Amino acid sequence: MSETTIGVTSFPTTRDSSCPFDPPAEYAELRAQEGTASLACPVGVNARVVSRYADVRAVLSDPNLSSHAAPSTHVVADGQLDRPVAPGSLLHMDGPDHARLRRLLTPEFTVKRIQAMRPYIQGLVDDHVDALLARTGPVDLVQDFALPIPSLVICELLGVDYGDRDRFQEQTAVLIGTNSDPEALQRANAEVVGFMTQLVLAKMAAPGDDLLGRLIVRARENGQELSVEELVTLGITLLIAGHETTANMIGLSTLALLRQPDQLAALRADPGLAGTAVDEMLRYLSIVHFGVLRQATGGVTIGDETIKAGEWLVAALSAGNRDESVFPDPDRIDLRRGATAHLAFGYGIHQCLGQQLARVELQEVFARLHQRIPTLRLAVPFEEVEFKDHALVYGVRALPVTWDVEDDR
Amino acid sequence: MKVRVDVDACVGAGQCVLAAPDVFDQRDEDGMVVLLVEDPPAELEAATEHAALLCPALAIVVEK
Ligand code: HEM
Ligand code: SF4
Repeated sequence: MSETTIGVTSFPTTRDSSCPFDPPAEYAELRAQEGTASLACPVGVNARVVSRYADVRAVLSDPNLSSHAAPSTHVVADGQLDRPVAPGSLLHMDGPDHARLRRLLTPEFTVKRIQAMRPYIQGLVDDHVDALLARTGPVDLVQDFALPIPSLVICELLGVDYGDRDRFQEQTAVLIGTNSDPEALQRANAEVVGFMTQLVLAKMAAPGDDLLGRLIVRARENGQELSVEELVTLGITLLIAGHETTANMIGLSTLALLRQPDQLAALRADPGLAGTAVDEMLRYLSIVHFGVLRQATGGVTIGDETIKAGEWLVAALSAGNRDESVFPDPDRIDLRRGATAHLAFGYGIHQCLGQQLARVELQEVFARLHQRIPTLRLAVPFEEVEFKDHALVYGVRALPVTWDVEDDR
Repeated sequence: MKVRVDVDACVGAGQCVLAAPDVFDQRDEDGMVVLLVEDPPAELEAATEHAALLCPALAIVVEK
């Protein structure tokens, strides 16, 4: 077994200084060397880092792995690796318990069901473009576009009353924003839990035709009634997993595309490219950028190495997504690449449940934003854009943009 | 080409439906995979193989 530490003593968290869109340069070295490397993680344990595409997929489909500390507790300095799994916490569950809960939720995220939401999402994107165009730049695209769209989509999904959506959106923005102070964060957290509990209780009393309502009925009919606690945890999981990720993807991919005028021009000329463009940007940006943490519960084989029960393992999604043996010229954005087999949504039984929804949201943004605001551009020098280097989901803190007034259409 | 699906392994990610909508669907009641054609015609073989490659649960087996 190789105990290589490739010039770094801790988990690679610093990005390549030459490009804020590229994963740490160490990952390329890791992919090239034999076996896996054991790296010290900020949380205080060593983990084997799996960096090649095929190994990431093999590992994440191995049944001898537990997700109880997923997704990225390894990089959280005061993270708790042995926290008991909360009932209803899909991301952290294993085996049959995970499968049962996931199956109750899956009908809400089928390709068909999500396609049916497309007109709503289109309207939402158009409304937000209208609101941008009603102003003159610069505006912060994160605050006024990237954050509210996924937030409202979650409201629609969960069946939050229209009258409550503003309040819900304000609270979740604090929760997910990176500029919130700890006290505001705690308050927002308590408010969101309170809000979700009210919502769950209301839906339990009178289940409507929305995700929570249907889930409650489906679980009852299957004789697996879900508790208030489970439903609240699930609701908050969907909120956080669906809001922060999609919002960061909107902000970061807009910036990356603004830096690649030829690719952006191709997208503007052919909005039909949005489908493959979204998967390529997911691959290229890999916003769950520290990878996903697992603990072996039995022997796990990677090539000719065996990971023993109890050992920790990080599947570096961003490294696998830049594996040149699968994606030729991996550091280049190629919107026509057809990179659907990327790892940005993970792999195996925990692969993102909301991926079809995320795809549709991003496709509508990709197809409409640049079409309708063709002169969209950064309002500050690129060097001044701040990146969320240490957040579990990578993105930009703010994205000041502007446009020519003639774009008003 | 012969296709088999393992509904017990399926996690309903819908990758197969996106890749080969003429070959795979998802059940309305639980989102699990439905095989629409067991022996896809030649023009659907590539899409079917791609679906099998994408499936995160290794629930699709293709035999040539
Ligand atoms: C660009 C957007 C998104 C990205 C990059 C993303 C990424 C991921 C990744 C990498 C995982 C796997 C974590 C692991 O293996 O430990 C995951 C799981 C999950 N995601 Fe997403 N996600 C996105 C959007 C969404 C949306 C919109 C929703 C729902 C509304 C959602 C809900 C979930 C849920 C519930 C899980 C847990 C699934 C399970 O454990 O079985 N995600 N996501
Ligand atoms: S891709 Fe695999 S896991 Fe997803 S729905 Fe199809 S068979 Fe099921």
